[in-house]
Amino acid sequence: MSLPPFQRLVDDHATELHRFLVGCVGPELAEDCLQDTLIAALRAYPRLRHADNLRAWLYTIAHRKATDTVRLRARRPRTIQLDGIGPSVEPRTAAAEIPDDGLWTAVRELPAKQREAVVHRYVLDLDYRQIAERMGTSSEAARQNVSAGLRRLRIEVDR
Amino acid sequence: MTDLERRLASPATPAMDPARVSAELARRADAEGLLDVAWATLDTPLGPIAVFVTPRGVVRVAYERENFGAVADEVAERVSPRVLMARQRTDAVRAQLDAYFTKGRRAFDVPIDWTLVRGFNQGVLRATAAIPYGEVASYGDVAAVAGSPRAARAAGNALAGNPIPIVVPCHRVIHADGGLGGYTGGLDRKRFLLRLEGTQLA
Repeated sequence: MSLPPFQRLVDDHATELHRFLVGCVGPELAEDCLQDTLIAALRAYPRLRHADNLRAWLYTIAHRKATDTVRLRARRPRTIQLDGIGPSVEPRTAAAEIPDDGLWTAVRELPAKQREAVVHRYVLDLDYRQIAERMGTSSEAARQNVSAGLRRLRIEVDR
Repeated sequence: MTDLERRLASPATPAMDPARVSAELARRADAEGLLDVAWATLDTPLGPIAVFVTPRGVVRVAYERENFGAVADEVAERVSPRVLMARQRTDAVRAQLDAYFTKGRRAFDVPIDWTLVRGFNQGVLRATAAIPYGEVASYGDVAAVAGSPRAARAAGNALAGNPIPIVVPCHRVIHADGGLGGYTGGLDRKRFLLRLEGTQLA
């Protein structure tokens, strides 16, 4: 078994991973999330026992990092007031609250599997078989996650 | 496709600069002790050259004719798959190579990582590394220093497989009768390096 140099993974997948993460966590946090993904992958890389599906492996890590990021942001206050001890400080995440007519906020609030499936389907334009391969599910489960996510988005966006 | 699906297919994606992402990754990897092999290229009178550096030292130097991608594969397999393009850590050897080609430097003082060479072959290359600038030795000479005076042919094989050309100056080893012998980078390059150093050729 031989693993390719890690730089090749970065060269081959970073741009698409970034697009995936923009869909999952939004444009402001996507690049930090991409770095977290790549460093976690680099750390684990020599312990991989086969090089069969490195792409799916990277997306598993990316999705985990995206889920962490979304959770962390949900828990954080949007602004921090430090009255009387200097100018008010905006936390970094506040910049991520860009107006996007609610659609992408709704995507971020989907259950993790639905979010991953919807982003793969529409942002990356994958078919159900490809989504299933990346998420380690059946094609049928991928289709169900996409349609359940879509249903929920329609309700949120039409509200 | 519904309107919702169309909007999902076109998120406002900010520009991402792959070079910046790679550089930032290398910086973080280095800080966290995950940069097992850093590599970078430099332009020289002999064409582009790639250098691969571990925390222990220079582990591989390659001419472009070896195919840098194939060399990176070899390093990933035999040293560590944590191989990243990185300027840091390769700066010293690249600067010394630049200076060597402009006659501003006669010896390299960067540490060498011998991971890719074992046993007798390593002995031959260590003997080769000790040949001074502007001088030459024979295959038999370096075999003798490595402990096997009659193994000139084996020494030739060791030199042919030198993973760190120029820094380990295998171009300074020639036949006892003055013939040039061989060179991984091609005989033109061997001749160029010997002339650069002012060596009188037969």
